[in-house]
Amino acid sequence: MSPSPFTRRKFLLTGAAAASSAWFLSACGGGDDSPGQGSSGSAAPQVAQADIDKAMDTATTLTFWTWVPDIGNEVKMFMAKYPKIKVDVVNVGQGAPHYQKLRTAIQSGQGAPDVTQMEYQYIPSFTLGDQGSLLDLTPYAPADLQSQYPEWVWGQVKINNGLWGIPQDTGPMGLLYRDDLFTEAGLKAPATWDEFGAAAESYHSKNPKSWLFNVAQNQPGQLVAYLWQAGVRPFSFDGQQTVKIDLASDQAKTVVKFFGDLVNSGAATNDADFNDSWYQGLANGKWASLPIAAWGPVFLQGTAGKTSGKWRASTLPQWKAGDNVSSNWGGSTDAVLKLSKNQIAASQLALWINTNKDSMLRFANEQFLFPPLKSVLSDPQFTGQEAKFYGGQKVNEKFAQISDTVSTEFGWLPFMDFVYSNFNETLGKAFADKSDAVAGLQAWQDGCAKYAKDQGFTVS
Amino acid sequence: MTTTVPTRAVAPHGASSAPRARRGLSASRRRQIGAAYALVLPFLVLFVAMVVVPLVYAGYLSFYKKKLIGGTSFVGAENYLRALTDPSFLSGVGRMGLFLCVQVPLMLVLSLFTALALDSGMMKLAKVARLGIFVPYAVPSVIATLMWGYIYGPDFGPIAQMARGLGLGVPPFFSGTGIFFSIINIVNWEFVGYNMIIMYAALRSIPTELYEAARVDGASETRIALSIKIPLIRPAILLTVIFSVIGTFQLFNEPNLMRTLAPTVIGSDWTPNLYAYNIAFVNQDANYAAALAFLLGIVIMIISYAVQLGAQRKERRA
Repeated sequence: MSPSPFTRRKFLLTGAAAASSAWFLSACGGGDDSPGQGSSGSAAPQVAQADIDKAMDTATTLTFWTWVPDIGNEVKMFMAKYPKIKVDVVNVGQGAPHYQKLRTAIQSGQGAPDVTQMEYQYIPSFTLGDQGSLLDLTPYAPADLQSQYPEWVWGQVKINNGLWGIPQDTGPMGLLYRDDLFTEAGLKAPATWDEFGAAAESYHSKNPKSWLFNVAQNQPGQLVAYLWQAGVRPFSFDGQQTVKIDLASDQAKTVVKFFGDLVNSGAATNDADFNDSWYQGLANGKWASLPIAAWGPVFLQGTAGKTSGKWRASTLPQWKAGDNVSSNWGGSTDAVLKLSKNQIAASQLALWINTNKDSMLRFANEQFLFPPLKSVLSDPQFTGQEAKFYGGQKVNEKFAQISDTVSTEFGWLPFMDFVYSNFNETLGKAFADKSDAVAGLQAWQDGCAKYAKDQGFTVS
Repeated sequence: MTTTVPTRAVAPHGASSAPRARRGLSASRRRQIGAAYALVLPFLVLFVAMVVVPLVYAGYLSFYKKKLIGGTSFVGAENYLRALTDPSFLSGVGRMGLFLCVQVPLMLVLSLFTALALDSGMMKLAKVARLGIFVPYAVPSVIATLMWGYIYGPDFGPIAQMARGLGLGVPPFFSGTGIFFSIINIVNWEFVGYNMIIMYAALRSIPTELYEAARVDGASETRIALSIKIPLIRPAILLTVIFSVIGTFQLFNEPNLMRTLAPTVIGSDWTPNLYAYNIAFVNQDANYAAALAFLLGIVIMIISYAVQLGAQRKERRA
């Protein structure tokens, strides 16, 4: 199994959400003429408030598949608000195992949940073709929903005219760095990647046992975030059968060559990340910086506890001097399955826990999920926190600012599992072997295009 | 050992008296037959539900092709033909063949040696040693791999740190060839004790009179081990060989977990099982994975059969 790098956002090692025993089996496919059939989204009429009120006052049991630790807290708040609705929270695994079980349940038409955790890059694979399995939430959502999110977040869930999930958390990219090591080496947080590359060379020459950063040989999520930041738009899907795969564009080659050259010269390491050895490296000063998403600061705090007070957060270096652009890595939504027999109640659960401000503040401040909602991103209860680990810096505020700079309109393919797994055998392998990274990028492009054709897609 | 069965079956009723005997014994005999079936039934039900039905379904799947776009179609043997020319599958089978040639002899020689040592009765604390060698088998392979992953760690693993302390290079546990031996070592560690127990149990069932007679004839302990013990436990050894052949070709947990440490060295096709798993769950192509699984099953059957045949021929010659 691929080490599912794109799910690393859930770093919290605390107990997983309590899985309850009762299973609600939705017996058969929602063949009734429910709104939102078809992935390209139909202009379904808005569900009337009276129908919603009625559904929320009817005794109903919902099943919610999620791996988010302690999400039971927010679900309890929802159940307190709607006492007639009972929600069974079930954790069937995180990342790949979650999606495998979900696909199996959907295929068999039995045992699928009403509401499920769904990462952004997986949405297209579940809205695929005529048998799209996600419910278009447009008819259930309030009209002003779009205005509550930064534009790029909305673009991740509103695809081909359908609203396929309610954003729960995001991962805008920033740079965490060791202030002490930077000062010692006479460095400042670099403004551009060019400066960053030069700093990597000089830093390592002064510190033979330490490097400025790591280019993970197994982390497509991080590399895609770099591409995203550079303005590369390698993927798109029209919701029917046409995909665009453009990984080997000139722009993408420039990005990949930059990192490949640093690896080949020895100025950057090429370690696999999110394993024990990498954790220990972070804790022991093997790297002076870590380009990572907004879920990174709390993760690092838990991993490198003994370096408390030495880290700072900053924006990512820029590809063009003077720009201030970021990208996203990770985060997820709550989506409703078409198979659900309680579509109204299910969509209200997804909407309520992710748009109610108290619930979202709780997610942000207790579970450390980085919020997508503008109202939380600007709430002093969230942004005002001073993080001791970061020398008292207001890290949330920093990343809230970064969230505003994430560039928009980044699409995904309906088979990101394959794309990410293939990375390890192509571009990731080039990083690992210190061979030609651009050739590795081309191999990645070719592998993905071949897979798409084999699966019957039209590749444009 | 096969001689006892026919005598027991034939002795009570000869060919001519069979019908009468069957009628005469019918009540108790029928009850016995009924009891036998009743005892086998739970197994049979589970076997059919959990093995036969999934096998038939997988066989059915393997003749179809399902695309993400365009749906399902019958393709006959296409999946099998594709597998036979698929370099990923073939190299995986080849790699496991090599693994078999290196790992299994090493493991079984170690197992046999420890079993003989324990059986010799010359060891102090034999019970403790026996348990100690067997304990790794009780450790789930997932845990074992995580533990060894830490030990192998190139930065903070104890071996790497010791090597650095002594001014030596860090052993390349996760390099292309290194990983092969790293995994061999884990599998050996896990299964030496298991195979040892099988051989040890067989050794204990050898009548001690044979040893006494040999000693009277002046045989040394080594001679007894080579000429009496090993030949007499040959069936047990054959059993461990066949288990090992099957286990090797189905290698999955260890490489799958080591992938987090060496993601680009262990590809998705490192072992045939890993490849089929990735085809099914990453590439979402259950049909091709079913064909791969069937082919792998056939490879295992052929090799197991060849091993058995070879051993029997040897026995006949001996």
